[in-house]
Amino acid sequence: MINLEKQSKTKQMTLVQAVNDALRVALESDANVLLLGEDIGRNGGVFRATDGLQEAFGEDRVIDTPLSESGIVGTGVGLAISGSKPIVEMQFMGFIYPAFEQIMTHVTRIRMRSMGTYSVPIVIRAPYGAGIRAPEIHSDSVEAFFTHMPGIKVVCPSSPADAKGLLLASLADPDPVLFMESLRLYRGEREEVPVEGYEIEIGKGKKVLEGNDVTLLAWGAMVPIIKKAASTVAKEGISCDVIDLRTLFPLDRDMIAESVQKTGKAVIVHEAHSTGGLGNDLVTLINDTSFLYMKAPVERVTGFDVPPPLGSLEDHFLPTESRVIAAIKRVIQF
Amino acid sequence: MTDYPLYQCIDKEGHWVGEDERSTQEDLFTFYRHMLRIRTFDKKAVTLQRQGRLGTYALFEGQEAAQVGSALALDGQDWLFPTYRDHGATLTFGADMARTFLYWNGRFEGCTPPEGKNIFPPAVPIATQIVHAVGVAMTEKRLGSGKASIAYFGDGATSEGDFHEGLNFGSVFKTPTVFFCQNNGFAISVPMEKQMNSKTIAQKAVAYGIPGVRVDGNDCIAVFRTVQKALERARAGEGPTLVEAVTWRYGAHTTADDPTKYRDQAQSIEFRKTNDPLTRLEKYMKETGVWDEEWFAQLQTDLSNEINQAVEEMEAFPKPDVNNLFDHVFAEPVWPIAEQKSHYMDHLKGVIS
Ligand SMILES: Cc1ncc(C[n+]2csc(CCOP(=O)(O)OP(=O)(O)O)c2C)c(N)n1
Repeated sequence: MINLEKQSKTKQMTLVQAVNDALRVALESDANVLLLGEDIGRNGGVFRATDGLQEAFGEDRVIDTPLSESGIVGTGVGLAISGSKPIVEMQFMGFIYPAFEQIMTHVTRIRMRSMGTYSVPIVIRAPYGAGIRAPEIHSDSVEAFFTHMPGIKVVCPSSPADAKGLLLASLADPDPVLFMESLRLYRGEREEVPVEGYEIEIGKGKKVLEGNDVTLLAWGAMVPIIKKAASTVAKEGISCDVIDLRTLFPLDRDMIAESVQKTGKAVIVHEAHSTGGLGNDLVTLINDTSFLYMKAPVERVTGFDVPPPLGSLEDHFLPTESRVIAAIKRVIQF
Repeated sequence: MTDYPLYQCIDKEGHWVGEDERSTQEDLFTFYRHMLRIRTFDKKAVTLQRQGRLGTYALFEGQEAAQVGSALALDGQDWLFPTYRDHGATLTFGADMARTFLYWNGRFEGCTPPEGKNIFPPAVPIATQIVHAVGVAMTEKRLGSGKASIAYFGDGATSEGDFHEGLNFGSVFKTPTVFFCQNNGFAISVPMEKQMNSKTIAQKAVAYGIPGVRVDGNDCIAVFRTVQKALERARAGEGPTLVEAVTWRYGAHTTADDPTKYRDQAQSIEFRKTNDPLTRLEKYMKETGVWDEEWFAQLQTDLSNEINQAVEEMEAFPKPDVNNLFDHVFAEPVWPIAEQKSHYMDHLKGVIS
């Protein structure tokens, strides 16, 4: 793998194209890499994330499976412990639940139970999140279930270049990774993405904007929202330190602590529900590392404690720029 | 396959091939009317979606005989567990048309059945409703109500654990349930032969010790009689039946998807010409001299009026109420939701808190 900074040749890509590109690099560079999932072959995935890959690499490597998430992840476990490198697709994160048992009881525990004899280097890709008016259950954002169970890393990129580098790093990781892809960002922005393979270290956040008054923390689809909020409040003279966490387990403790110790104030934004959400862990992390630096209680802006609604109420469920701005003002005026 | 012959009453040419007595004239009109009704609905929904007046919509054109035949076999008090593609069945069973449109407009109001009708909100996660139908049937059996349940699902659903768990429970507890599979050949892009290695879906019933039958899903009369028989058996306490209705969906999986990526459209064009459920019944009705052009013209007018009225009603429906985001999660408000609701309502009003 090549260093990101040293890459010269780049290409404009959307996030979903960058995922596709990463998968292509992965399949090219290692014959043990296999893709499994529903409709990923001939159809190229319902979001085209695997478009063209079956044609290029054959039906034995890009495998259309029966409609069975437990089957996909369970066989993925078998594949992974025997030397294959499966990258499996859950068509939507809201359909990961039939595979929940396999993930909770096997994927996350095999290394520990076998004292390291066996491991499950599987990547589970899961498009997640609301905001595209998809039908019911297609919009879930349940990363907290997975960060709660130790034994699986959780990664969630918010930009095309990050998506490619993080996906390749997830594949190279010796442990299982849940890789969340925001539906809303799939075809959002385009950016220049290096053409060759590269990795972005798992466990590291990214400073998106430098500022001094308040730290904004988010991941995935909420990153553009906090960026917008930051640029809006900048006009009123509030400067935000904006962090895209990128990895949700393990968190980039150092980057978060360094930032909140500088600003003394923090707003955490996630679209997942509030109770039991990852925002609560971030508050704890801030308490543990930076309590004496804080000048205001940490604010959270989250999806409400209600199941993700049907499309017509989606905009009310999701955190909006205006809710984020209100929270920023609350901590600033505290 | 030979162990699971395709039961038919009228063949593709519209000739009667059934062994039992023929359907009455009135029944033929009823079958045809319902099939045309839901086809007209389906076409309208696609048009509305294209115009941006409906959200993503799941098409069923081609599956009218399977949905109408099965739903008409039910008793009005039975329980119907549909998927996202079975609004043809729910409309036939008595669901409200304007509300069905509302569902596809992303409104919870679309999930509510008319008073007194047991129609569950459509199952979006595959196969999950199959076990519900069994549970409901256990209640009805315990109460001795004589009511039965039917679960609709597709060929792809048979790969999920819930399908097998549902059939097993139903069989162990001998529940009055009909497992109704519309085998339309594809689960999004995956054809049946890549979904399973068994030649039929009906044969899966063997493993659970229940009857499995195959019926021509484009023959409304045959579907009606098959499901009727399965229901009789169910009500007699003999347990569930797995029905495989072999059919074909002409169009895309949903309006969000491009079928040319994975399916030869020529096949659909051919099916439409040679094996359309409405045309088949029409041929038979013409052959037996039952068909009536005037009746047909009137029917078309009536249906288009009914559907246009339902669209009007949907569009005149009050705007989505934000309260609905919070108010139906629990029977009684719990503090986290109550608090979030009140903060959010303040926020919408511009109150800073
Ligand atoms: C648990 C789950 N996994 C994946 C999906 C996405 N999905 C929706 S419909 C579908 C195919 C269903 O095929 P089938 O059961 O044959 O029914 P059909 O749509 O053909 O009527 C898939 C994979 C889902 N809804 N639920």
